[in-house]
Amino acid sequence: MRLHSFHGGLHLPGHKEMSMREPVRPAGIPQTLILPLQQHIGEPAEPCVKPGQRVRKGEVLAHASGYVSVPLHAPTSGRVVAIEPRSVAHPSGLQTACIVLEPDGADSWTELTPRGGDYEQLDPSALRNLIREAGIVGLGGAGFPSFIKLNPGSASITTLVLNGAECEPYITCDAMLMCERAVEIVSGALIMRHALHAEHCVIGVEDNKPAALAALRQAAGELGSDVEIVEVPTIYPAGGEKQLIKTLTGKEVPSNGLPVDIGVVCHNVGTAAAVYRAVVHGQPLIARYVTVTGHAVANPRNMEVLIGTPIADLLHACGLRAHVPHKIIVGGPMMGFELRATHTPVVKTTNCVLAASEEDAATRSPPMPCIRCGECAAACPAQLLPQQLYWHAQAKDFDRIQDYNLFDCIECGCCAYVCPSNIALVHYYRYAKTEIWAQEREKHKADLARERHEFHKFRLEREKAEREERHRKKREALANKSTTDASKKAAIEAALARVKAKRGEARPDVTDGGTQERSAESGRADAPLDHEDAKS
Amino acid sequence: MLTAVLALAVLAIIFGLVLGFAAVRFKVESDPVVDKIDAILPQTQCGQCSYAGCRPYAEAIARGEADINQCPPGGEMVIHALADLLGRDAKPLNPAHGVEKQVKTVAIIDEHWCIGCTLCIQACPVDAILGAAKQMHTVIAEECTGCELCIPPCPVDCITMVPLEENLTTWRWPFPESPEEQHA
Repeated sequence: MRLHSFHGGLHLPGHKEMSMREPVRPAGIPQTLILPLQQHIGEPAEPCVKPGQRVRKGEVLAHASGYVSVPLHAPTSGRVVAIEPRSVAHPSGLQTACIVLEPDGADSWTELTPRGGDYEQLDPSALRNLIREAGIVGLGGAGFPSFIKLNPGSASITTLVLNGAECEPYITCDAMLMCERAVEIVSGALIMRHALHAEHCVIGVEDNKPAALAALRQAAGELGSDVEIVEVPTIYPAGGEKQLIKTLTGKEVPSNGLPVDIGVVCHNVGTAAAVYRAVVHGQPLIARYVTVTGHAVANPRNMEVLIGTPIADLLHACGLRAHVPHKIIVGGPMMGFELRATHTPVVKTTNCVLAASEEDAATRSPPMPCIRCGECAAACPAQLLPQQLYWHAQAKDFDRIQDYNLFDCIECGCCAYVCPSNIALVHYYRYAKTEIWAQEREKHKADLARERHEFHKFRLEREKAEREERHRKKREALANKSTTDASKKAAIEAALARVKAKRGEARPDVTDGGTQERSAESGRADAPLDHEDAKS
Repeated sequence: MLTAVLALAVLAIIFGLVLGFAAVRFKVESDPVVDKIDAILPQTQCGQCSYAGCRPYAEAIARGEADINQCPPGGEMVIHALADLLGRDAKPLNPAHGVEKQVKTVAIIDEHWCIGCTLCIQACPVDAILGAAKQMHTVIAEECTGCELCIPPCPVDCITMVPLEENLTTWRWPFPESPEEQHA
């Protein structure tokens, strides 16, 4: 297979060997599991359990709400303690609604419905449903619900790309998964290919992972499949979706477009293994491989971790050297973010916990002015102009920054890495992106308010017109009545005469009754109605 | 000489007809400047600008009756956007119309106190309060613009403005030069 190259990129020290010395082992069942309802892009899941309820391993805790959403399952058996806001691993350090589960230690499974190997009899939409019900999201980091990416709509897919590049330094969870579960990955790839009706399937792996490449090739051979295992050069960020597609197919994903537009779909290798487990064994996504590494832990390694395990437990299991000054980074050193509190849980997209000492992530020296050297533009794998983006982000000129295709930035950090002035460039882009999204939300809200205000005015007008119409009809009816119904008129007059006669006897309470009758006659009967209208 | 005059006259008539037709055919009903101004205004419909809503204020700006710095909910952003649109100089918000709120707020009704008088419902410019006479009222938070027009009519003072809480979707990265971010 002829490979292509993408613009820019960096050769970075890998630091991968330190966490690959030992085989993966389970991290065990922690004392509490904290399960955020939103672990994916889209709408948060809707809880379907109550505090105090006992659940079994694999039982649904929360249903998907809306299309872009997936359910959440119990990673082990136990009791739901609470559904409350808890801190999550997010750069904001904010809290969000989580289901807190207290494991009972029995780890007993709920009833599963394995499909075995007969998935080929299933139609793609049924397969997608299985994958959705298993709560599978992209395990590479973005966490987009996988079933949506397996629905090409009317587009025809030529190539399914599985991303095993894992280009970011320190992270090795995909590498270990490829070594240990190659058969699951290749089988998952075949299921996905069936769901997509894709012609080819290619697994791209960086050439610094010979063991993973060998294991995948052996698995593909054993399964007798034509899945291609391709070695790609180790250049950061070769594992970026667009970069990997460019390397493997030579095609570029258009700006503001998706890989589907060029007939390609890209999934992470971990997602493929999860799809295999979901379809063949009926198991939902309740655990994942997580790398715990960095020079601030004594035993860096990979572990199979239940979703919801507190990060502090993993650090403890790997022997965090508390005396070494360190910071905890979730993700890798290039794209990860610093964690504020370690009691936050591992979620479906957590691939790595980096306990970074000064050796791993040096403190940035204070930023200096941009000297317009252009190093960032040379390094940018998305072929953007980072210094222009920086300029406009700093000036808060959010229209101009979009002219320079801010939203094509993949936040890989190459520009900031090469910047001789130590400018935290990616931070500026993230700032600009979230500001633009906020402005869009405001705009949307303003449009809604305008519409509602217009309707409010229309409603007042309509009600006024309706009221007038009602009054007019009533007046007419009354007028008609008084002219036609002469006998009634006579009766009223007789009553009035009686009242007058009685008034001669000076009895004031009856006089009151008389006035009431008069007002009814004179057409003011609708006055109380008027009052009702004002209220409604 | 005569041919030239005739030719020009004929051309003038033709172009005149074309322009005349275009003016009728492509007539713009509403003033496009008002629409553009209205699109910038935050649509809180609070009336702090001293007009009866965002649209009347937009019309007043377009007529040159109102200044561009009378919208406290829009604040600096709206003033700058209006200055850009109208080619005027930006100026600080006129304090006579109020001050810009630092955090967005929404109204909330204390349901223990609400007597169901419907006065707030009548005051709400976007129909964001649900309820009926002698029934408890409640604010639909997603529709509330935070205009505070419902607060003065309430006879039992049961409406308060609460800050809109930030969540993972609405959270924004801070501007990088704040001191805590220097070494992030």
